[in-house]
Amino acid sequence: MLTLDGITAGYGAVRVLNDLSLSVAEHEVLCVMGRNGAGKSTMLKAIVGAVPVSAGTITLDGARIDRLPAHEVPRQGIGYVPQGRRLFGDLTVAENIEIGLMTRRRGARVRDNVLSLFPLLRTRLGQRARTLSGGEQQMLAIARALCLEPKVLLLDEPTEGLQPSMIAHIRETVVALRSTGVATILVEQRVDAVLAVADRVAFMVGGTVVETAAASGLARDAAQFAKYVGI
Amino acid sequence: MDFGPFLLLALMEGLVTAAVLALTASGLSLVFGIMRVVNVAHGEFFMLGAVLAWFVSVSVPGPAPVAFAVALLVCPLIVGAIAALADILVLKRLNYAPEPTIVATIGLLYILQQAALSFFGPDARPVPAPFSFRIQLPWFGYAGYKLVVVAAAGLLLLAVWLILTRTRAGLIMRATQQDRDTARAFGINVDRVYAGVFAMGAGLAAVAAVLIVPIRQAHYLMGGDPLLLSFIVVIIGGLGSLRGTLVAALLIGLSDGVISTFFAPTLAKILATLLVAMVLVFRPQGLFGKRAP
Repeated sequence: MLTLDGITAGYGAVRVLNDLSLSVAEHEVLCVMGRNGAGKSTMLKAIVGAVPVSAGTITLDGARIDRLPAHEVPRQGIGYVPQGRRLFGDLTVAENIEIGLMTRRRGARVRDNVLSLFPLLRTRLGQRARTLSGGEQQMLAIARALCLEPKVLLLDEPTEGLQPSMIAHIRETVVALRSTGVATILVEQRVDAVLAVADRVAFMVGGTVVETAAASGLARDAAQFAKYVGI
Repeated sequence: MDFGPFLLLALMEGLVTAAVLALTASGLSLVFGIMRVVNVAHGEFFMLGAVLAWFVSVSVPGPAPVAFAVALLVCPLIVGAIAALADILVLKRLNYAPEPTIVATIGLLYILQQAALSFFGPDARPVPAPFSFRIQLPWFGYAGYKLVVVAAAGLLLLAVWLILTRTRAGLIMRATQQDRDTARAFGINVDRVYAGVFAMGAGLAAVAAVLIVPIRQAHYLMGGDPLLLSFIVVIIGGLGSLRGTLVAALLIGLSDGVISTFFAPTLAKILATLLVAMVLVFRPQGLFGKRAP
């Protein structure tokens, strides 16, 4: 579904991603792990067009998306939940969702579907996003991305700083989305969170993927995590 | 005239200044608030509005109200289009970086000013008011058109507020203001938003000029005062805060009217500048602005 082939990207003269190749298929959750600075978040930013790609290709269902302007990428079916949520804090919950629906024609139906996944948000619609708790903000960030009805969902450390009940809720959501066919790339540092939802795990070092393995195999091999993530 | 009626006259004059200033400054505030661009050429968009209103007044046949209505409609659109072009050709290429855009808008200021001098000439030219009637108070008569300017400015500001808070376009602008990268990740064409906001800011300055030009005449150097006063207003009110801009415009406009009437216009400018200095020292974010994180 989504394929990155030989991607080189970075910020100005600083190259962060080096010849990175990766793919994720329909109904698949791919977790990306690596130490700080390995380029995990930059990879997601390159996919959504926030970081320019200087070499390589990114294709979605066979069509190149790396040459598109950044605002065209979500219209192709890429939903993005950035690290730190990046909500529009002064806008209300309803307005944040409305922003997610900008590219959708049948907004009311999508909105209802998304709010049924996060019923708590329905009770907070008039509240400013910055006044929500951390967990509620994360729900809203995911809900906003789901409003795009993505084929591919990019999640950048969604469980960071959340209480266990909220982490479980996010995990359930990812699993539920997988069953609908959504492909997910999950950047995550928590091994338990990764093993609970991932089909495959990709390890990044120095801006490239050095190893990819089935999550079921990794569950018995803690040494792999220690090698690449330092756990 | 007694002190009371004299004060009333000063306040009414101040209200006219405040209304026009609020319109002009809200354009500057909008551009800074959403694009983070300090538009030094803003006063020249005001001047262009007035100069174009003169061209329309001498070109459109028929009674003055018709020409004025055409000017009110067409001039802000032309000025807005010029601003959008400047945004696409200059500001976008500078990636809206703060310092380069200040230098670029200084350049734009001189281009617009010299273009006006070339095509319009150095003389001040009058534009007829669309109608003239006097409101007779017990102590003095007052030009009714000036009160119409206040009412029209109030309605336009209300429209701006409604656009920002109640429409899809306003929601897109507010989202872009908060985080342009995230806005892009949700399909918002930020370049188009910026061009639209820059055009809207310039259009507000132009419409303010069209409203006031029957009272003050059109001149190619008339952009200086509105620019200075607009900066004073947005700094006092808080850069990017529309509410702050309105309150500060009222404060500066009314004080300008009173001090100019009782003392001298220069003293009004000196005191307003002094007030800005005090705000910058004691409350740098302005009365309604947010402190930088």
